Amino acid sequence: MSNGVTGTTASAKAEAVGTQRIKNIKEKIKDPFFWSDWLVVIAFIAVVAFFGVLAPESFLTTYNLNNILVAASIPAIIAVGQTFTVATAGIDLSVSSTMTFGAVVFGLGFTNGWPIWQCAVFSTLAGVLVGFINGFIIAKRKINDFIVTLGMLSVAAGAALVLSDGKPRQIISGPLATLAIGEVAHVPYLMFIALAIVLVAHFVLFNTRFGTHVLATGGDPDAARAMGISIVKIKIAVYSISGALAGFAAMLTIARIGAAEPAANTSILLNSVAAVVLGGVSLFGGRGTILGPFIATLLLQSLTNGLTVIGVAAYYQYLSIGLVVILSAALVRTDK
Amino acid sequence: MSNSTDYAIECTDIKKAFGSVEALKSVSIYARPGEVTAIIGDNGAGKSTLIKCISGVYTADQGEIKIDGKPVHFTTPEESRSFGIETVYQTLGLIEDLSIWQNLFLNREIVRGFGPFKILNKAKMKAESIKMLKNLDVYIPSIKSRTRGLSGGQRQAVAICRAAGWGSRVVIMDEPTAALGVRETAKVEDLISRMKSQGLAILLISHNFDQVLRLADHIWVMRQGDVMAGMRAKDTTGDELVALITGASAGRK
Repeated sequence: MSNGVTGTTASAKAEAVGTQRIKNIKEKIKDPFFWSDWLVVIAFIAVVAFFGVLAPESFLTTYNLNNILVAASIPAIIAVGQTFTVATAGIDLSVSSTMTFGAVVFGLGFTNGWPIWQCAVFSTLAGVLVGFINGFIIAKRKINDFIVTLGMLSVAAGAALVLSDGKPRQIISGPLATLAIGEVAHVPYLMFIALAIVLVAHFVLFNTRFGTHVLATGGDPDAARAMGISIVKIKIAVYSISGALAGFAAMLTIARIGAAEPAANTSILLNSVAAVVLGGVSLFGGRGTILGPFIATLLLQSLTNGLTVIGVAAYYQYLSIGLVVILSAALVRTDK
Repeated sequence: MSNSTDYAIECTDIKKAFGSVEALKSVSIYARPGEVTAIIGDNGAGKSTLIKCISGVYTADQGEIKIDGKPVHFTTPEESRSFGIETVYQTLGLIEDLSIWQNLFLNREIVRGFGPFKILNKAKMKAESIKMLKNLDVYIPSIKSRTRGLSGGQRQAVAICRAAGWGSRVVIMDEPTAALGVRETAKVEDLISRMKSQGLAILLISHNFDQVLRLADHIWVMRQGDVMAGMRAKDTTGDELVALITGASAGRK
């Protein structure tokens, strides 16, 4: 009865509503997407519990947990941008060198004596520019996002090297140092910034027309277009967001290491893609959350940190993180 | 012919060519409110081209379209929609990963707030969605569920409700039951009949003569980019329609 399109009588409707609640729960448990949404939370708790039991005196200390939060802040911001591109069934492989490019722009501004806020605005705008070009080429020229952003990975890295002449620039700034080491109740400032971005992004994705259109574009671009949604605008917007966040995160990286380096931080790219996959965002687009990749970032940083704490050599850490990513992708794989 | 303001939509002398191919030679049709008007014809007869001119996907080279007697002009689907012309696409056009209410309000989301701070008014959209479905007696367990889990008939019903629920005047349906089973087809046909009673003009493209004779009040037969005949459905038979479509009968305009 409850499957009927039309013609059910009033009593049948009331009956159907009664059994609906139980049915909904049953359907949820059977729904593979339900598990892709919650897998990351369960895995995160499992990882923390695992290292907590294995090394309670060193892993579960405030000092160490604070380390994890610091390490997770920048990857979490990059993962937010990556979530937007993947939600439209795209991917941004250029994030790591966009961040490097942003850092170099920041360094140029700083050398010219600009105030920190102005340097930050310019590095963010540099990221927007890179993202805009990505999105424009992908959407307008209809070229595969994988190819465009892979090319941009090299272009932005090259531009960073050219602009900086290949040399790192030391950046000594009081406010930046405070930003890097400050904390409230053992939670680093950097994590507060990441959390603020996560919350805003969550709100945008689920409570604005733009967010709905992002998911619609990823879910079924033809249907979205038929309803009058501009795929081109949405694509350009999501790559610009990804670029903006990478450009902004450049400032936080500079704050942490005290220099604007033209060398790309390649692990940030793997981390962002890994977080998106682990966080239950469908690589086919149209489905995803912001909180999932955020928790996945915490998970990945906890894993790296935990392995270090129990004395596993760095080589094995690369291996294990790669395996976790592939395994989780295999677990949440859904045919479309 | 009766007064043209009796028609919800009237197309006069529509021409459309693609290069040297005349897809529509000089097509004039009309559809009355509260009626199902079927357009039938063989593949390549120009049905799709005509529909696309009406829904704004194509712009006619020549000709006039009137809605409720007033001439209208549009060049995009959005503009066509703004004149109250809605299309139910053969491929349905629902986003599987979005909920039913999100699909019903896709790109027409109700928002509150102002400027760049507009946020979705989800409660209102959900309430309106329930009304939209109820209006056409469509029963779907939960408007919050994703359309992915719906049957073909339920999806078609949602797509039709979306088209009918926007103060629209004309709803174009291209093979609305082509992908459905017998039982679901019957339900969608019921739904189409109910839309009639709400005063909508329905333009139905169908290959299924039985369905056309069952549902339609008026039938236009097209062949090779031309209208061969237009008649009341009760005055014709399946045999006559076949003869007109194949060209065995010269037609009556």
